[in-house]
Amino acid sequence: MDKELDSLLDKYRHMQGNTIAILQGVQNLYQYLPEKALLRVSEYNNIPLSDIYGVATFYSQFKFKKPGKFQIKVCHGTACHINNAVRISEIIEEELEIKPGDTTADGKFSLDEVACLGCCSLAPVIMINEQVYGNLDDKKLRKVLKSY
Amino acid sequence: MKHKKITVGLASCGISAGGDTVYKTFEELLSQNKGSGAELGKTGCIGACFREVLVDLTDEKGTYTYAEVTPEKAKEIFEQHILNNEPIKDYLMSDLESSQEASFFSKQKRIVLRNTGVIDPENIDHYIMRDGYKSIEKVLKSMSREEVRDVIKKSGLKGRGGAGFSTGMKWDFASKEVSDKKYMVCNADEGDPGAFMDRSVLEGDPHSVLEGLSIASYAIGADEAYIYVRAEYPLAIKRLIIAIEQAKERGYLGKNILGSDLSIEIKLKIGAGAFVCGEETALIASIEGKRGMPTIRPPFPAVSGIWGKPTIINNVETLANVPYIIFHGWEGFASIGTENSKGSKVFALTGKIKKAGLVEVPMGVSLREVIFDIGGGIKKDKKFKAVQLGGPSGGCIPGDLLETPVDYQSLMATGAIMGSGGMVVMDEDTCMVDVAKFFMNFVRDESCGKCTFCRIGTKRMHELLVKITEGKGVDEDINKLMELAYNVKDSSLCGLGQTAPNPVLTTLKYFRHEYEEHIKNKKCRSKVCKPLLTYTINTEACTGCMACVKKCAVDAIIGEKKKPQSIIQEKCIKCGSCYSVCTFDAVNVE
Ligand SMILES: Cc1cc2nc3c(=O)[nH]c(=O)nc-3n(C[C@H](O)[C@H](O)[C@H](O)COP(=O)(O)O)c2cc1C
Ligand code: FES
Repeated sequence: MDKELDSLLDKYRHMQGNTIAILQGVQNLYQYLPEKALLRVSEYNNIPLSDIYGVATFYSQFKFKKPGKFQIKVCHGTACHINNAVRISEIIEEELEIKPGDTTADGKFSLDEVACLGCCSLAPVIMINEQVYGNLDDKKLRKVLKSY
Repeated sequence: MKHKKITVGLASCGISAGGDTVYKTFEELLSQNKGSGAELGKTGCIGACFREVLVDLTDEKGTYTYAEVTPEKAKEIFEQHILNNEPIKDYLMSDLESSQEASFFSKQKRIVLRNTGVIDPENIDHYIMRDGYKSIEKVLKSMSREEVRDVIKKSGLKGRGGAGFSTGMKWDFASKEVSDKKYMVCNADEGDPGAFMDRSVLEGDPHSVLEGLSIASYAIGADEAYIYVRAEYPLAIKRLIIAIEQAKERGYLGKNILGSDLSIEIKLKIGAGAFVCGEETALIASIEGKRGMPTIRPPFPAVSGIWGKPTIINNVETLANVPYIIFHGWEGFASIGTENSKGSKVFALTGKIKKAGLVEVPMGVSLREVIFDIGGGIKKDKKFKAVQLGGPSGGCIPGDLLETPVDYQSLMATGAIMGSGGMVVMDEDTCMVDVAKFFMNFVRDESCGKCTFCRIGTKRMHELLVKITEGKGVDEDINKLMELAYNVKDSSLCGLGQTAPNPVLTTLKYFRHEYEEHIKNKKCRSKVCKPLLTYTINTEACTGCMACVKKCAVDAIIGEKKKPQSIIQEKCIKCGSCYSVCTFDAVNVE
């Protein structure tokens, strides 16, 4: 595929137990795991594609579809759950007309549900790319969404 | 002008509350006012998350803590306090002696959090100034490996990751093994959804964990250590990388530490999102780059772990205690706490609580003291219902057990566990059947699928709970739940399955009446389970604005404009959207 991928693979060549780190690197490059890239990883390192696929599907971090420009993560950890995270998800699904795991037709937003972003004292919490928004209610959430 | 120092609390929660912009505002103000003589710094979580953004300002008179700082307030603080030496009383976290914040801090005992929220975590000198790296020095100068293990054993330190096993004894197991290579691992996977203790320590005081890890490596005879940290904690990862670099530069890590013949290399492994990887054997598989599937024990990791070599895994908080114990001696540590539980415990206090935040208490204080005296009680003064400890492996403790002391045995006796430190407070608006369903959904999702009872049992239990919360439950469902719970507990391979039924079992033990109401009366007293609710319109309050009519997806609301509306019950799908859209409180829920 491209040079960046090859230099990533060079870096990890002959190093034991780096499948996860390599996949994280690939996802950093493309924001998801394109099939072609996985084929290249398999070839380069002489690891069966099925092994790589096995690892990639085990961990929830890895994506097989290209995410939106803005990735929304709605926290469904315990603290957020009892502070009405279900309602937060409903509003986002309603506003953007997508379900968790999907991307809007224009590629702008994608939506995921996650367990705990570690900011429980601000529950309910969402994260858009690297930015965390906490203490959300209907109004605040709609305002946040509009700001993108 | 006199010297002043501004310190902004910049842990993940401080940043998301706007700490970054406040920091930048001060930065700009300082560059515009070069003569102010003030200095800007950052620190980790101060603990009082309920009042973020927190800014400490130190002048010649002392330290002032400003709470809920915004960029606008920052400008005012700068002008009045920094330039004109007049603190702004209204913005202060109030003077501690008289305020309600006083109780937030006075009942705490800060061992693990001794530096968190005090020092700049990205500056090794701050750590060193507070006796940092003195313990590794002491160990290398004057203690044998055996002596170190002995001190830790005598201190009574138990694992803070959940299981509560004696740390010193664990180290003994690995040190007995004869091998050319041993590994030490810090478990920073923090998977409990509703907990952030380890994140706060890593973000606020990474060097204490590194020092603990080095001492542990020495004690078991390892020269290579891993920190397995979850990918969801980018700031913690960044600060760990900085800390490792700095420690290497100063000779506290790497080859020939402090000129001795001890060499330790610490590597970071970034998790990829799997709760089960917090379990020791799964974590090892994950470090080896495989699917994180647990394996049968024995052999225990202490005998055969990473690449088949003896491996010891300890939690972040456990390791952060180690330098303190070495520095102060085991007696100092063992004098805190109870007969069987020594030292302190950090809790992430969240949920329906007034003062959510990070607290550290001596073992043995009661749950009531933590929740009411430190946490300030329930939000909006509602009624306390339960406190959840230990996340998906733990349980819910009801109001009449609030005097239970925080120690391993007493908590275990309630059916919950100490856990890693998640403490989620629930009020009368929390439905306990829904909470059980929530956790069962979580473990069902996170079960790795290796053993049948965990894979299928959790799914069946979840289905039963869905059925009950949808009003389709029948009497015998409770017995079915119990039977499944005991089967999953007894027949699962790893800790995930063995403890997965705990949230169901404890809610059944203490809140069985709520299950029965859902099943027999088709009622949810907390008004959480939507299929069991009835929506009606209060004709006196309704203005006929028609907002709900537009929202209703099934045209179940009828009436004329400007006149009260009504809901056709047969058509209503109980989605609750009329309730949330109404601005006149005119929709009743029963
Ligand atoms: C499903 C499961 C998840 C776990 N998650 C964590 C975790 O996130 N962090 C942690 O320190 N321990 C976790 N543990 C406990 C560890 O397996 C292990 O007991 C602990 O890290 C040992 O360290 P300690 O003796 O210092 O407590 C988990 C255990 C199980 C069964
Ligand atoms: S539960 Fe949502 S951030 Fe922790």
